Amino acid sequence: MEKFTKIISPVVPLPLENVDTDQIIPARFLKSTSRDGFGENLFRDWRYKKDGSENADFVLNNVKEGEVLVAGKNFGCGSSREHAAWAITDYGFKVVVSSFFADIFKGNALNNGLLPVQVSEDFLQSILAQTKAHVAVDLEAQTITLQETGEQESFEISAYKKHCLLNGLDDIDFLLSNKEAIKEFEISSRIYSGTPTTLK
Amino acid sequence: MAGKTLFDKLWDAHVVKHVEEGPDVLYIDRHLIHEVTSPQAFAGIEKRGVPLFRPKQTIATADHNVPTQDQHLPIKEVLSRTQVEALKTNCEKHGVELYGLGHANQGIVHVIGPELGITQPGMTIVCGDSHTSTHGAFGAIAFGIGTSEVEQVFATQCILQNKPKSMRIEVSGELKKGVTAKDIILYVISKISTSGGTGYFVEFAGSAIESLSMEGRMTVCNMSIELGARGGMIAPDQTTFDYIKGRDFAPKGEEWDEKLAYWKTLTTDADAEYDKVITFDASDIEPMITFGTNPAMGIKISGSVPLPNGDQSYRKSLDYMQVEAGASLKGKPVDYVFIGSCTNSRIEDLRAVAKIVKGRKKADNITAWIVPGSKHVEAQAKAEGIDKILEEAGFELRQPGCSACLAMNEDKVPEGKYCVSTSNRNFEGRQGPGARTMLASPETAAAVAIAGYVTDASEYLN
Ligand code: SF4
Repeated sequence: MEKFTKIISPVVPLPLENVDTDQIIPARFLKSTSRDGFGENLFRDWRYKKDGSENADFVLNNVKEGEVLVAGKNFGCGSSREHAAWAITDYGFKVVVSSFFADIFKGNALNNGLLPVQVSEDFLQSILAQTKAHVAVDLEAQTITLQETGEQESFEISAYKKHCLLNGLDDIDFLLSNKEAIKEFEISSRIYSGTPTTLK
Repeated sequence: MAGKTLFDKLWDAHVVKHVEEGPDVLYIDRHLIHEVTSPQAFAGIEKRGVPLFRPKQTIATADHNVPTQDQHLPIKEVLSRTQVEALKTNCEKHGVELYGLGHANQGIVHVIGPELGITQPGMTIVCGDSHTSTHGAFGAIAFGIGTSEVEQVFATQCILQNKPKSMRIEVSGELKKGVTAKDIILYVISKISTSGGTGYFVEFAGSAIESLSMEGRMTVCNMSIELGARGGMIAPDQTTFDYIKGRDFAPKGEEWDEKLAYWKTLTTDADAEYDKVITFDASDIEPMITFGTNPAMGIKISGSVPLPNGDQSYRKSLDYMQVEAGASLKGKPVDYVFIGSCTNSRIEDLRAVAKIVKGRKKADNITAWIVPGSKHVEAQAKAEGIDKILEEAGFELRQPGCSACLAMNEDKVPEGKYCVSTSNRNFEGRQGPGARTMLASPETAAAVAIAGYVTDASEYLN
């Protein structure tokens, strides 16, 4: 995983609430067996018209620059598909800002080096009120700054996840380093006592 | 010291280790996988060169992508076929039991787990699918995970998770006649919103919940994810034990007695405290239907569509659905009826539908699909003659899979058409690009199929 430190970038505004994972990446595009290429179909049904031509009204077709997606509350609700996080990172985003994130999406984002930044509803509205906003996101300091006005907020992230992102580490490396403890747990304290239960 | 909730007890019993200022290493008893969210995880462990740690605790089925007709023939759509074949190859290579197409145990992953007795009280169960919450109906901690987490379970039988907060949702009192488990959960979601449960793990309780069958309880827990909750659970009781007993993977003999004794201890202590408690009166609930594009946009079928409060997302949603604020949905013509999905495709659901449509015919304007949740449900329906009743009523009984719940296969609702569906999500395009979904119970869906327009089942009961 790539290391994340600090970015300053124009924002791509999507002022809608409850953007669900079926909108981020519709189910019919989940048929790949690899992690790559999902960016092409990010927000597919909002981005393109039925005849395949671009929908000029949709933000991704107007704002071509920016690594920070800013969306209304409850972003990423719906299915657990990690493809949603893959589509967003594959498209080129490094940060998603919202006033509220759905749980599974948040976890999936963090597992893919995509930083979910939860801000207050007021701060979100300040960003969306600017025609061409830029933000600075500093993971070390846990702050987000709206460049145009200088407004700043701090955001939360667990110390563990912050460490992972700053150092480009992932959870599996960490879990694998705990294998002995896992084996001991299986023997000593499993509810389904003794050796692991097998299905048959 | 205050007592513990059932959720706390089970969670704590599965923590291998707590990471300082970080998540818990949580041990997973059962891992369910399917073709869509597993290939990248298999590729991941292969790339790292680590073996699948506990293959015998993983079970696979093909459901999301599979056709619901002619399942004996090769899958026509190339990409779907590739995914289903990749699952087969991966399972063979890594020693995972697969219930693929053609197998007597195949079906929607959340239908087959309980039906085969794989799902048991006290377990931790995960699957790369958000509706894993279904299994919580048995008093298990069950929740959906992303593909990176599937890879974690493959590599170590554990995942890193922050412990969610606890919420109790109590539904007490007597349900009105004709009110189903699906109506309960649609009602609860409409009251709490699709984000009201975010950060929480829900325990459903109260006399109305206890009165439900296992199948009804699964319907409730299935949709707990639509509250934004990590999952939902119901403490196991005699109904639970009776359901499990005798199933293929259920404990037998002495082991049964041991497990049963343990399961009986799985309750929330009387003095336990939840982070949040919400109570509802069962007698307030009526048959429900959704009018918008998220599951919280539900109303009583006898009610009317709420007026907008100036919010852009709400207007966009009504516009997509082409429904009018302030109007009643009753009498609105419908084009499709879909009875299926891990929410409502079990044998009880099919029986409920059969009871309503028996001796009647579907309306001419309706295309009605019934997709059983599993091969076993399909076989049972045939054994009971339900297939005949449905056929005579003009319904198409298809073969098991997720089908029009997410329309990854050919079963798509055409653009602009209305579908009353027993599934769990009414998102834009969920049942096909431009499709307009209204969620309801199997009873309501059956009544709509007969009437040809939105109605409740009251006149067809008895
Ligand atoms: S039936 Fe629908 S909700 Fe259930 S697992 Fe399949 S796609 Fe997901």
